[in-house]
Amino acid sequence: MNKTDWPLYEVFIRSRHGLSHKHVGSVHAADETMAMENARELYTRRNEGTSIWVVDSNAICASAPEQKDAMFTSPVEKIYRHPSFYQLPASVDKM
Amino acid sequence: MSHCYATQGHDSLNQYILHLADNPLVLAQRLCELCTHGPILEEETALMNTSLDLFGQARNWLDYAVARNPQLGDCDALAMGRDERQFLNLLLCEQDNGNFANTMTRQYLFDVWHHLTLNALCLSQDSQIAAIAAKSIKEVDYHQQRSRNWVIRLGDGTQQSHDYMQSAINDLWSFTDELFVQGDEELQLVAQGIAANQADIEGQWRAIVSQTMAEATLTLPAECFQKFGGKQGEHSEPFGLMLAEMQSLYRAHPGAVW
Repeated sequence: MNKTDWPLYEVFIRSRHGLSHKHVGSVHAADETMAMENARELYTRRNEGTSIWVVDSNAICASAPEQKDAMFTSPVEKIYRHPSFYQLPASVDKM
Repeated sequence: MSHCYATQGHDSLNQYILHLADNPLVLAQRLCELCTHGPILEEETALMNTSLDLFGQARNWLDYAVARNPQLGDCDALAMGRDERQFLNLLLCEQDNGNFANTMTRQYLFDVWHHLTLNALCLSQDSQIAAIAAKSIKEVDYHQQRSRNWVIRLGDGTQQSHDYMQSAINDLWSFTDELFVQGDEELQLVAQGIAANQADIEGQWRAIVSQTMAEATLTLPAECFQKFGGKQGEHSEPFGLMLAEMQSLYRAHPGAVW
C-alpha cells in the first residue's frame, strides 16, 4: 500500500472543559484508531487538549467558495440582527 | 575529572536504579536514530515523542542515583561518561531498529514489561522510586497501547506485513527470558519491598503478550536460544557503536551546555 493512499482525517481538540471542540488541522491515517493516535501525537504535545475528535475528511460537507456571495453577503448590512440595540442591565455587563 | 564516571563503592540499590534508568535511556537513543526516517510524518512524530518520554524518565532515575550518591556527578556524567560494561540495561532495549516490524515488536515486548514493572514499583517502600514510577507509568500506558495496536495491525495485516512481524518476534524472542532474571542483590531489594518482583511479573507478561500475539495471528516461538548479560553489563556488539555515537559530543566537550 502506498502511504499516499492513506485517507485524511480532520482533527478537533477541546482545550478545556466547558469549551467546544475546535478544528486544529488534519492527519493521515489508515483508520480511525490510527487517526486518533496520530492526532494525539501531533496536536496535543504541548498540553493543548482534554478531548479529541477525528472525522474522516470525506464526511465533511463544505460550502463552495464560488457560492461565497450568495451565501454570506446578505447579512453584512443587516446590523439589526445583532443584539446591539438593547440597553443591558449593569448586572449582565460582561455578556 | 569531575565529568567522568568513577567506579564507586558497591551500592546495590544504586545499581538497581541505574538498571531502571538504562532501559529507557538506551531504548530512547535507539528510537531517536529513526529521526527523519519514520515511514510517514505522523509516525515519525509519534516515535520521537516516545523517545523523548523515555529520555525524560531516564533522567529522573539518573537524578535520583546522583541524589543518593553525589560523587556520581550529575545525570549527564552517568549517561555520557559510563563505558559499555557499566550500562545495566536489558539486551532487548539495545537491539537494532531493523525494519519497522522489528522496531514495533521490540517496543511492544518492552512496553508490556515496563508497564508491569513500573506498576509494581508504584508500591515500592522507597518513596522516591514509587514517585518516579507513578510519574512514568502514565506515559508507558500510552506507549503500550500504541505499540500493541501496531503489532495487531501488522500481524493481522497483509501476508507481507505478517511475515515481517513473525520474523521480528522470532528474532527478538531470544531476549525475553532476561526480562525476568534477578540476581541475589536484586532479590534482596525485592525482599525489602523496594524492587519489583519479576517472578510475579513474568506470568502476567506472558499472558498479556500471548493474547496480543494470538489477536495478531502471530505464533510465539516454542524453543528458542535465550541470551542474557545486559543487566550485568555484557552487551551485544552493536551496542558499543550506538554508545559511541550517543556519547561522542559529551566526550569531546565535557560539560558543554546550549
